[in-house]
Amino acid sequence: MSLDSVVIVGAGHGGVQVAISLRQEGFGGRIVLVNDEPGLPYQRPPLSKAYLLGKINATAMLFRPETFYADQRIELVHDRVAAIDRQNRRVMLDSGSALDFGHLVLATGAHNRPLNVPGSTLGGIFGIKTKADADFLSPLVKQARNVVVIGAGFIGLEFAAVAAAEGAAVEVLELGDRPMARAVSPQMSELFRAAHQGCGVKFNFRTGLAELEGEDGKVSAVTTSDGRRLPAELVVYGIGVIPNVQLALEAGLDIDNGIRVNSSLLTSDPHISALGDVAAFPCVQNGENLTRLESVQNAVDQGKLIAARLVGKPAPYTALPWFWTDQGNLKLQIAGLSIGADNYVTLGDAAAQQLSVLCFRGEELIAVESCNRPGDHVFARKILARPPALTPAAAAAPDFDLKAWEAANRP
Amino acid sequence: MPTITFIEHNGTRHEVHAEVGQSAMQAATFAGVPGIPGDCGGACACASCHAYVDDAWAGRFAPAEGTEYDMLENVVERQPTSRLTCQLVVGADMDGLTLRLPAVQF
Repeated sequence: MSLDSVVIVGAGHGGVQVAISLRQEGFGGRIVLVNDEPGLPYQRPPLSKAYLLGKINATAMLFRPETFYADQRIELVHDRVAAIDRQNRRVMLDSGSALDFGHLVLATGAHNRPLNVPGSTLGGIFGIKTKADADFLSPLVKQARNVVVIGAGFIGLEFAAVAAAEGAAVEVLELGDRPMARAVSPQMSELFRAAHQGCGVKFNFRTGLAELEGEDGKVSAVTTSDGRRLPAELVVYGIGVIPNVQLALEAGLDIDNGIRVNSSLLTSDPHISALGDVAAFPCVQNGENLTRLESVQNAVDQGKLIAARLVGKPAPYTALPWFWTDQGNLKLQIAGLSIGADNYVTLGDAAAQQLSVLCFRGEELIAVESCNRPGDHVFARKILARPPALTPAAAAAPDFDLKAWEAANRP
Repeated sequence: MPTITFIEHNGTRHEVHAEVGQSAMQAATFAGVPGIPGDCGGACACASCHAYVDDAWAGRFAPAEGTEYDMLENVVERQPTSRLTCQLVVGADMDGLTLRLPAVQF
Protein backbone atom coordinates (compact mmCIF):
# COMPACT_ATOMS: atom_id res chain seq x y z
CA MET A 1 0.00 0.00 0.00
CA SER A 2 1.43 3.35 -0.93
CA LEU A 3 2.00 6.02 1.66
CA ASP A 4 -1.07 8.18 2.16
CA SER A 5 -0.07 10.60 4.91
CA VAL A 6 2.96 12.12 6.58
CA VAL A 7 2.75 13.85 9.94
CA ILE A 8 5.71 16.06 10.82
CA VAL A 9 6.29 17.11 14.43
CA GLY A 10 8.17 20.40 14.60
CA ALA A 11 8.21 23.29 12.15
CA GLY A 12 11.84 24.37 12.18
CA HIS A 13 14.18 24.07 9.22
CA GLY A 14 14.00 20.28 9.10
CA GLY A 15 10.27 19.83 9.50
CA VAL A 16 9.37 22.50 6.97
CA GLN A 17 11.90 21.11 4.50
CA VAL A 18 10.32 17.65 4.64
CA ALA A 19 6.93 19.16 3.80
CA ILE A 20 8.25 21.32 0.95
CA SER A 21 10.39 18.56 -0.50
CA LEU A 22 7.59 15.99 -0.35
CA ARG A 23 5.47 18.17 -2.62
CA GLN A 24 8.41 18.97 -4.89
CA GLU A 25 8.99 15.22 -5.18
CA GLY A 26 5.37 14.76 -6.23
CA PHE A 27 3.93 13.26 -3.06
CA GLY A 28 0.16 13.55 -3.35
CA GLY A 29 -0.98 12.42 0.08
CA ARG A 30 -1.81 14.32 3.21
CA ILE A 31 0.93 16.38 4.87
CA VAL A 32 0.40 17.74 8.39
CA LEU A 33 2.96 19.98 10.04
CA VAL A 34 2.45 20.22 13.80
CA ASN A 35 3.89 23.47 15.16
CA ASP A 36 3.91 24.19 18.90
CA GLU A 37 4.82 27.86 18.34
CA PRO A 38 2.41 30.62 17.32
CA GLY A 39 2.49 32.09 13.84
CA LEU A 40 3.95 30.78 10.61
CA PRO A 41 7.15 28.70 10.67
CA TYR A 42 10.25 30.87 10.67
CA GLN A 43 14.02 30.65 10.44
CA ARG A 44 15.93 30.86 13.70
CA PRO A 45 19.45 32.02 12.74
CA PRO A 46 18.55 35.75 12.59
CA LEU A 47 17.11 35.67 16.13
CA SER A 48 20.50 36.24 17.74
CA LYS A 49 21.76 38.77 15.20
CA ALA A 50 19.98 40.47 12.27
CA TYR A 51 16.47 40.29 13.78
CA LEU A 52 17.68 41.38 17.21
CA LEU A 53 19.42 44.37 15.63
CA GLY A 54 16.27 45.27 13.69
CA LYS A 55 18.01 44.76 10.36
CA ILE A 56 15.28 42.42 9.19
CA ASN A 57 11.63 42.11 10.18
CA ALA A 58 9.56 39.09 11.14
CA THR A 59 8.25 38.57 7.61
CA ALA A 60 11.77 38.25 6.27
CA MET A 61 12.35 35.34 8.66
CA LEU A 62 9.41 33.28 7.40
CA PHE A 63 10.15 30.19 5.35
CA ARG A 64 7.04 30.72 3.26
CA PRO A 65 3.93 32.91 3.29
CA GLU A 66 0.60 31.50 4.49
CA THR A 67 -0.71 31.13 0.94
CA PHE A 68 2.13 28.74 0.09
CA TYR A 69 1.01 26.17 2.65
CA ALA A 70 -2.58 26.39 1.45
CA ASP A 71 -1.55 26.13 -2.22
CA GLN A 72 0.69 23.14 -1.48
CA ARG A 73 -1.94 21.46 0.74
CA ILE A 74 0.41 21.45 3.72
CA GLU A 75 -1.79 21.51 6.82
CA LEU A 76 -0.39 23.70 9.59
CA VAL A 77 -1.65 22.57 12.96
CA HIS A 78 -0.90 24.74 15.99
CA ASP A 79 -0.74 22.21 18.76
CA ARG A 80 1.66 20.10 20.73
CA VAL A 81 2.03 16.35 20.36
CA ALA A 82 1.32 14.72 23.71
CA ALA A 83 2.09 11.13 22.79
CA ILE A 84 2.85 8.76 19.95
CA ASP A 85 0.72 5.64 19.64
CA ARG A 86 3.01 3.48 17.53
CA GLN A 87 0.67 0.50 17.45
CA ASN A 88 -2.13 2.45 15.82
CA ARG A 89 0.18 4.89 14.01
CA ARG A 90 -1.42 7.90 15.55
CA VAL A 91 -0.25 10.94 17.48
CA MET A 92 -2.33 12.42 20.28
CA LEU A 93 -2.40 16.19 20.55
CA ASP A 94 -2.64 18.39 23.63
CA SER A 95 -5.95 19.74 22.32
CA GLY A 96 -7.41 16.24 22.64
CA SER A 97 -7.58 15.44 18.97
CA ALA A 98 -5.45 12.87 17.18
CA LEU A 99 -3.72 12.50 13.84
CA ASP A 100 -3.25 9.20 12.03
CA PHE A 101 -0.02 8.83 10.12
CA GLY A 102 1.35 6.59 7.42
CA HIS A 103 4.78 7.94 8.29
CA LEU A 104 5.85 10.16 11.17
CA VAL A 105 8.78 12.56 11.09
CA LEU A 106 10.17 13.78 14.40
CA ALA A 107 11.75 17.19 13.88
CA THR A 108 11.39 18.27 17.48
CA GLY A 109 14.71 20.10 17.72
CA ALA A 110 16.35 20.99 20.98
CA HIS A 111 15.91 23.35 23.90
CA ASN A 112 18.47 25.51 25.65
CA ARG A 113 20.40 23.90 28.47
CA PRO A 114 19.12 25.94 31.43
CA LEU A 115 21.15 27.77 34.03
CA ASN A 116 20.94 25.96 37.34
CA VAL A 117 22.48 28.39 39.79
CA PRO A 118 20.62 30.37 42.49
CA GLY A 119 18.73 33.28 40.93
CA SER A 120 18.20 31.66 37.52
CA THR A 121 14.49 32.48 37.57
CA LEU A 122 14.95 36.24 37.97
CA GLY A 123 13.74 38.56 35.21
CA GLY A 124 16.22 39.82 32.66
CA ILE A 125 17.78 36.40 32.04
CA PHE A 126 17.37 34.93 28.57
CA GLY A 127 18.29 32.07 26.33
CA ILE A 128 17.64 32.71 22.64
CA LYS A 129 15.68 29.97 20.93
CA THR A 130 12.36 31.39 19.76
CA LYS A 131 11.05 34.55 18.16
CA ALA A 132 9.31 35.28 21.46
CA ASP A 133 12.71 35.24 23.20
CA ALA A 134 14.12 37.70 20.69
CA ASP A 135 11.03 39.94 20.90
CA PHE A 136 11.44 40.19 24.68
CA LEU A 137 15.15 40.75 24.40
CA SER A 138 15.24 43.29 21.58
CA PRO A 139 14.13 46.41 23.54
CA LEU A 140 16.15 45.39 26.61
CA VAL A 141 19.44 45.12 24.76
CA LYS A 142 19.00 48.67 23.52
CA GLN A 143 18.65 49.94 27.12
CA ALA A 144 21.07 47.73 29.02
CA ARG A 145 24.36 49.26 30.09
CA ASN A 146 25.82 46.13 31.69
CA VAL A 147 25.36 42.81 29.93
CA VAL A 148 26.77 39.46 30.99
CA VAL A 149 26.89 36.59 28.48
CA ILE A 150 27.23 33.05 29.79
CA GLY A 151 29.03 30.83 27.30
CA ALA A 152 31.36 31.85 24.44
CA GLY A 153 29.77 29.66 21.78
CA PHE A 154 28.12 30.80 18.54
CA ILE A 155 24.92 32.12 20.13
CA GLY A 156 26.62 33.81 23.06
CA LEU A 157 29.13 35.57 20.84
CA GLU A 158 26.58 36.56 18.22
CA PHE A 159 24.63 38.20 21.02
CA ALA A 160 27.75 39.72 22.60
CA ALA A 161 28.52 41.41 19.28
CA VAL A 162 24.97 42.79 19.10
CA ALA A 163 25.07 44.07 22.70
CA ALA A 164 28.48 45.69 22.20
CA ALA A 165 27.24 47.33 19.01
CA GLU A 166 24.28 48.72 20.99
CA GLY A 167 26.74 50.33 23.40
CA ALA A 168 26.55 48.01 26.40
CA ALA A 169 29.54 46.95 28.50
CA VAL A 170 29.72 43.21 27.80
CA GLU A 171 31.38 40.57 29.98
CA VAL A 172 31.52 36.97 28.71
CA LEU A 173 31.95 34.05 31.13
CA GLU A 174 33.34 30.89 29.58
CA LEU A 175 34.39 27.67 31.29
CA GLY A 176 36.85 26.82 28.52
CA ASP A 177 40.04 28.68 27.75
CA ARG A 178 39.06 30.14 24.37
CA PRO A 179 35.97 31.19 22.34
CA MET A 180 34.02 28.52 20.43
CA ALA A 181 36.46 25.88 21.66
CA ARG A 182 34.13 22.99 20.75
CA ALA A 183 33.66 24.22 17.20
CA VAL A 184 36.81 25.83 15.84
CA SER A 185 40.61 25.64 15.78
CA PRO A 186 42.77 27.54 18.30
CA GLN A 187 43.87 29.85 15.49
CA MET A 188 40.31 30.83 14.64
CA SER A 189 39.41 31.21 18.32
CA GLU A 190 42.27 33.66 18.69
CA LEU A 191 41.08 35.79 15.79
CA PHE A 192 37.59 36.00 17.32
CA ARG A 193 38.93 36.70 20.80
CA ALA A 194 40.96 39.62 19.50
CA ALA A 195 38.12 40.95 17.35
CA HIS A 196 35.53 40.87 20.15
CA GLN A 197 37.96 42.44 22.59
CA GLY A 198 38.62 45.14 19.99
CA CYS A 199 34.88 45.90 20.12
CA GLY A 200 35.01 46.24 23.90
CA VAL A 201 33.86 42.75 24.90
CA LYS A 202 35.63 41.43 27.99
CA PHE A 203 36.29 37.69 28.23
CA ASN A 204 36.50 35.75 31.49
CA PHE A 205 37.89 32.33 30.51
CA ARG A 206 37.98 29.33 32.86
CA THR A 207 35.20 31.12 34.70
CA GLY A 208 31.80 29.79 35.60
CA LEU A 209 28.65 31.31 37.00
CA ALA A 210 28.07 30.92 40.74
CA GLU A 211 24.98 32.99 41.42
CA LEU A 212 22.60 35.55 39.97
CA GLU A 213 21.57 38.44 42.23
CA GLY A 214 18.41 40.44 41.81
CA GLU A 215 16.50 43.53 42.85
CA ASP A 216 12.70 43.67 42.61
CA GLY A 217 12.67 40.34 40.81
CA LYS A 218 15.12 41.41 38.13
CA VAL A 219 18.73 40.44 37.74
CA SER A 220 21.19 43.09 38.95
CA ALA A 221 24.53 41.28 39.17
CA VAL A 222 26.25 37.95 38.63
CA THR A 223 28.78 36.31 40.90
CA THR A 224 31.49 34.37 39.09
CA SER A 225 32.96 31.03 40.15
CA ASP A 226 36.09 32.87 41.28
CA GLY A 227 34.06 35.11 43.54
CA ARG A 228 33.85 38.32 41.56
CA ARG A 229 30.68 40.33 41.31
CA LEU A 230 29.79 41.82 37.91
CA PRO A 231 26.86 44.25 37.55
CA ALA A 232 24.27 43.10 35.00
CA GLU A 233 20.81 44.32 34.03
CA LEU A 234 20.71 41.70 31.31
CA VAL A 235 22.08 38.16 31.23
CA VAL A 236 22.01 35.99 28.11
CA TYR A 237 23.12 32.39 28.19
CA GLY A 238 24.13 30.01 25.45
CA ILE A 239 25.58 26.94 27.16
CA GLY A 240 24.46 24.27 24.77
CA VAL A 241 21.18 22.57 23.99
CA ILE A 242 19.36 19.41 25.01
CA PRO A 243 17.62 17.42 22.27
CA ASN A 244 13.85 17.17 22.63
CA VAL A 245 13.65 13.38 22.88
CA GLN A 246 10.82 13.07 25.43
CA LEU A 247 8.12 12.01 22.96
CA ALA A 248 10.40 9.46 21.34
CA LEU A 249 11.58 8.17 24.69
CA GLU A 250 8.04 7.67 25.95
CA ALA A 251 7.18 5.91 22.70
CA GLY A 252 10.01 3.44 23.29
CA LEU A 253 12.24 4.51 20.41
CA ASP A 254 15.99 4.03 20.78
CA ILE A 255 17.67 7.08 22.30
CA ASP A 256 21.41 7.75 22.36
CA ASN A 257 22.23 11.43 22.89
CA GLY A 258 19.25 12.12 20.63
CA ILE A 259 16.80 9.98 18.77
CA ARG A 260 18.88 7.20 17.29
CA VAL A 261 18.50 6.83 13.52
CA ASN A 262 20.23 4.76 10.86
CA SER A 263 21.94 6.05 7.72
CA SER A 264 18.51 6.43 6.09
CA LEU A 265 17.41 8.55 9.07
CA LEU A 266 14.89 5.95 10.20
CA THR A 267 14.37 5.45 13.92
CA SER A 268 14.05 2.02 15.51
CA ASP A 269 10.45 2.08 14.19
CA PRO A 270 10.35 1.81 10.37
CA HIS A 271 7.32 4.11 10.27
CA ILE A 272 9.10 6.92 12.10
CA SER A 273 12.00 9.11 10.93
CA ALA A 274 13.90 11.74 12.86
CA LEU A 275 16.13 14.56 11.69
CA GLY A 276 17.98 17.72 12.58
CA ASP A 277 19.07 18.79 16.06
CA VAL A 278 17.24 15.91 17.73
CA ALA A 279 18.62 13.05 15.62
CA ALA A 280 21.78 11.08 16.36
CA PHE A 281 22.88 9.59 13.03
CA PRO A 282 25.92 7.59 11.84
CA CYS A 283 28.01 10.42 10.43
CA VAL A 284 30.31 9.61 7.52
CA GLN A 285 32.49 12.62 8.35
CA ASN A 286 32.82 11.40 11.93
CA GLY A 287 33.89 7.82 11.32
CA GLU A 288 30.27 6.57 11.21
CA ASN A 289 29.94 7.39 14.90
CA LEU A 290 26.50 8.44 16.10
CA THR A 291 26.55 12.22 15.82
CA ARG A 292 24.10 14.98 16.50
CA LEU A 293 24.60 18.20 14.55
CA GLU A 294 22.87 21.46 15.41
CA SER A 295 22.80 23.32 12.12
CA VAL A 296 20.58 24.60 9.35
CA GLN A 297 22.43 22.59 6.71
CA ASN A 298 21.98 19.35 8.61
CA ALA A 299 18.25 19.88 9.12
CA VAL A 300 17.66 20.93 5.50
CA ASP A 301 19.69 18.16 3.87
CA GLN A 302 18.21 15.52 6.16
CA GLY A 303 14.72 16.83 5.37
CA LYS A 304 15.35 16.46 1.66
CA LEU A 305 16.70 12.95 2.14
CA ILE A 306 13.68 11.78 4.13
CA ALA A 307 11.25 13.26 1.60
CA ALA A 308 13.07 11.49 -1.24
CA ARG A 309 12.97 8.19 0.62
CA LEU A 310 9.25 8.54 1.28
CA VAL A 311 8.59 8.81 -2.46
CA GLY A 312 10.70 5.73 -3.20
CA LYS A 313 14.17 7.19 -3.70
CA PRO A 314 16.16 5.97 -0.69
CA ALA A 315 19.79 6.96 -0.16
CA PRO A 316 22.22 6.96 2.74
CA TYR A 317 22.86 10.33 4.36
CA THR A 318 26.37 11.53 3.51
CA ALA A 319 25.98 15.31 3.03
CA LEU A 320 28.99 17.42 3.93
CA PRO A 321 28.27 19.43 7.10
CA TRP A 322 28.69 23.18 6.90
CA PHE A 323 27.96 25.99 9.33
CA TRP A 324 28.10 29.74 9.54
CA THR A 325 27.96 32.44 12.17
CA ASP A 326 27.92 36.23 11.83
CA GLN A 327 29.48 38.13 14.72
CA GLY A 328 29.79 41.86 14.22
CA ASN A 329 31.72 42.29 10.97
CA LEU A 330 33.06 38.73 11.08
CA LYS A 331 31.51 36.05 8.91
CA LEU A 332 32.73 32.60 9.88
CA GLN A 333 31.91 29.71 7.53
CA ILE A 334 32.92 26.17 8.33
CA ALA A 335 32.92 23.23 5.93
CA GLY A 336 33.40 19.71 7.28
CA LEU A 337 33.86 18.50 10.85
CA SER A 338 37.15 19.22 12.62
CA ILE A 339 36.75 16.48 15.27
CA GLY A 340 40.18 14.96 15.84
CA ALA A 341 42.11 17.58 13.85
CA ASP A 342 45.79 17.57 14.77
CA ASN A 343 47.43 19.66 12.09
CA TYR A 344 46.46 23.11 10.83
CA VAL A 345 47.54 25.20 7.86
CA THR A 346 46.42 28.82 7.69
CA LEU A 347 45.77 31.00 4.65
CA GLY A 348 45.36 34.75 4.74
CA ASP A 349 45.99 37.25 7.50
CA ALA A 350 44.52 36.97 10.97
CA ALA A 351 45.43 40.59 11.77
CA ALA A 352 43.32 41.71 8.80
CA GLN A 353 40.49 39.43 10.05
CA GLN A 354 40.65 37.41 6.84
CA LEU A 355 41.76 33.91 7.65
CA SER A 356 41.12 30.35 6.54
CA VAL A 357 42.26 27.45 8.68
CA LEU A 358 42.63 24.11 6.90
CA CYS A 359 42.12 21.38 9.50
CA PHE A 360 43.87 18.06 8.90
CA ARG A 361 43.68 14.76 10.77
CA GLY A 362 47.03 13.27 9.88
CA GLU A 363 47.27 13.73 6.11
CA GLU A 364 43.52 14.03 5.60
CA LEU A 365 41.80 17.39 5.13
CA ILE A 366 38.66 17.20 7.28
CA ALA A 367 37.45 20.79 7.67
CA VAL A 368 38.06 24.34 6.53
CA GLU A 369 37.17 27.36 8.68
CA SER A 370 36.98 30.65 6.83
CA CYS A 371 36.62 34.07 8.42
CA ASN A 372 35.78 36.79 5.91
CA ARG A 373 37.15 34.59 3.11
CA PRO A 374 33.84 33.34 1.65
CA GLY A 375 35.45 32.27 -1.60
CA ASP A 376 37.59 29.77 0.29
CA HIS A 377 34.44 28.36 1.89
CA VAL A 378 32.82 27.65 -1.46
CA PHE A 379 35.95 25.83 -2.66
CA ALA A 380 36.33 24.00 0.62
CA ARG A 381 32.84 22.56 0.21
CA LYS A 382 33.76 21.32 -3.25
CA ILE A 383 37.13 19.89 -2.22
CA LEU A 384 35.80 18.18 0.91
CA ALA A 385 32.89 16.61 -0.92
CA ARG A 386 35.11 14.56 -3.24
CA PRO A 387 38.66 13.34 -3.84
CA PRO A 388 41.52 13.93 -4.59
CA ALA A 389 42.74 14.82 -1.17
CA LEU A 390 44.63 17.98 -0.38
CA THR A 391 47.65 17.26 1.78
CA PRO A 392 49.12 19.47 4.50
CA ALA A 393 52.39 19.72 2.57
CA ALA A 394 50.66 21.00 -0.56
CA ALA A 395 48.57 23.48 1.44
CA ALA A 396 51.63 24.82 3.26
CA ALA A 397 53.44 25.70 0.01
CA PRO A 398 54.17 29.41 -0.50
CA ASP A 399 51.40 31.24 -2.39
CA PHE A 400 49.07 28.24 -2.06
CA ASP A 401 45.60 29.14 -3.31
CA LEU A 402 42.50 26.97 -2.85
CA LYS A 403 40.92 28.09 -6.10
CA ALA A 404 44.00 27.29 -8.19
CA TRP A 405 44.40 23.94 -6.46
CA GLU A 406 40.78 22.99 -7.01
CA ALA A 407 41.01 23.90 -10.71
CA ALA A 408 44.24 21.90 -11.17
CA ASN A 409 42.91 18.84 -9.32
CA ARG A 410 39.35 18.66 -10.57
CA PRO A 411 38.45 15.02 -11.27
CA MET B 1 3.97 44.81 -6.81
CA PRO B 2 6.73 44.10 -9.35
CA THR B 3 6.57 40.87 -11.31
CA ILE B 4 9.84 38.96 -11.63
CA THR B 5 10.23 36.03 -14.01
CA PHE B 6 12.45 33.18 -12.90
CA ILE B 7 13.45 30.73 -15.62
CA GLU B 8 14.67 27.33 -14.48
CA HIS B 9 17.57 25.77 -16.34
CA ASN B 10 15.14 23.42 -18.08
CA GLY B 11 13.22 26.41 -19.43
CA THR B 12 10.26 26.35 -17.03
CA ARG B 13 9.10 29.91 -16.37
CA HIS B 14 7.74 31.19 -13.07
CA GLU B 15 6.17 34.65 -12.92
CA VAL B 16 6.39 35.77 -9.33
CA HIS B 17 4.76 38.74 -7.63
CA ALA B 18 7.45 40.23 -5.43
CA GLU B 19 7.15 42.66 -2.55
CA VAL B 20 9.19 45.84 -2.74
CA GLY B 21 11.96 45.52 -0.12
CA GLN B 22 12.19 41.75 -0.03
CA SER B 23 15.07 39.97 -1.73
CA ALA B 24 14.67 38.34 -5.12
CA MET B 25 15.65 35.07 -3.42
CA GLN B 26 12.78 35.38 -0.97
CA ALA B 27 10.36 36.28 -3.74
CA ALA B 28 11.37 33.02 -5.42
CA THR B 29 11.24 30.82 -2.33
CA PHE B 30 7.93 32.33 -1.20
CA ALA B 31 6.51 31.35 -4.56
CA GLY B 32 8.07 27.89 -4.41
CA VAL B 33 10.35 28.27 -7.43
CA PRO B 34 12.45 25.08 -7.60
CA GLY B 35 16.19 25.33 -8.06
CA ILE B 36 16.71 28.24 -5.68
CA PRO B 37 16.90 26.80 -2.15
CA GLY B 38 18.29 29.85 -0.35
CA ASP B 39 19.29 27.56 2.49
CA CYS B 40 20.91 30.18 4.73
CA GLY B 41 17.85 32.41 4.56
CA GLY B 42 19.62 35.38 3.02
CA ALA B 43 22.71 35.64 5.21
CA CYS B 44 24.97 35.45 2.12
CA ALA B 45 26.53 32.34 3.64
CA CYS B 46 25.61 29.41 1.41
CA ALA B 47 25.68 30.42 -2.30
CA SER B 48 22.48 28.50 -3.06
CA CYS B 49 20.51 31.35 -4.68
CA HIS B 50 22.72 32.00 -7.70
CA ALA B 51 20.98 33.37 -10.80
CA TYR B 52 21.87 35.21 -13.99
CA VAL B 53 20.40 38.65 -14.51
CA ASP B 54 18.86 38.87 -17.98
CA ASP B 55 21.10 40.83 -20.35
CA ALA B 56 18.48 43.54 -20.83
CA TRP B 57 18.70 44.28 -17.09
CA ALA B 58 22.38 43.66 -16.53
CA GLY B 59 23.35 47.33 -16.55
CA ARG B 60 20.61 48.29 -14.09
CA PHE B 61 22.27 46.82 -11.00
CA ALA B 62 25.38 47.81 -9.15
CA PRO B 63 27.89 44.97 -9.52
CA ALA B 64 28.26 42.33 -6.83
CA GLU B 65 30.83 43.23 -4.21
CA GLY B 66 32.30 42.02 -0.93
CA THR B 67 31.12 38.65 0.36
CA GLU B 68 28.73 38.17 -2.54
CA TYR B 69 31.48 38.82 -5.10
CA ASP B 70 33.91 36.45 -3.41
CA MET B 71 31.39 33.63 -3.18
CA LEU B 72 30.24 34.11 -6.78
CA GLU B 73 33.82 33.80 -7.97
CA ASN B 74 33.69 30.19 -6.97
CA VAL B 75 30.19 29.03 -7.85
CA VAL B 76 29.53 26.60 -10.67
CA GLU B 77 29.22 28.25 -14.12
CA ARG B 78 29.74 31.82 -13.12
CA GLN B 79 28.86 34.39 -15.78
CA PRO B 80 29.38 38.17 -15.89
CA THR B 81 25.72 38.67 -14.94
CA SER B 82 25.80 36.22 -12.00
CA ARG B 83 24.27 37.40 -8.72
CA LEU B 84 23.33 35.87 -5.41
CA THR B 85 19.67 36.80 -5.41
CA CYS B 86 19.49 37.12 -1.62
CA GLN B 87 21.49 40.32 -2.13
CA LEU B 88 19.16 41.74 -4.81
CA VAL B 89 16.57 43.88 -3.05
CA VAL B 90 13.36 44.18 -5.04
CA GLY B 91 12.58 47.76 -6.03
CA ALA B 92 9.44 49.24 -7.56
CA ASP B 93 11.43 49.68 -10.78
CA MET B 94 12.08 45.95 -11.16
CA ASP B 95 8.77 45.04 -12.76
CA GLY B 96 9.55 42.73 -15.67
CA LEU B 97 12.97 41.61 -14.42
CA THR B 98 14.03 38.18 -15.64
CA LEU B 99 16.42 35.95 -13.68
CA ARG B 100 17.71 32.67 -15.14
CA LEU B 101 18.74 29.84 -12.84
CA PRO B 102 21.91 27.80 -13.33
CA ALA B 103 21.83 24.04 -13.88
CA VAL B 104 23.07 23.42 -10.34
CA GLN B 105 23.51 25.65 -7.32
CA PHE B 106 26.47 23.85 -5.86
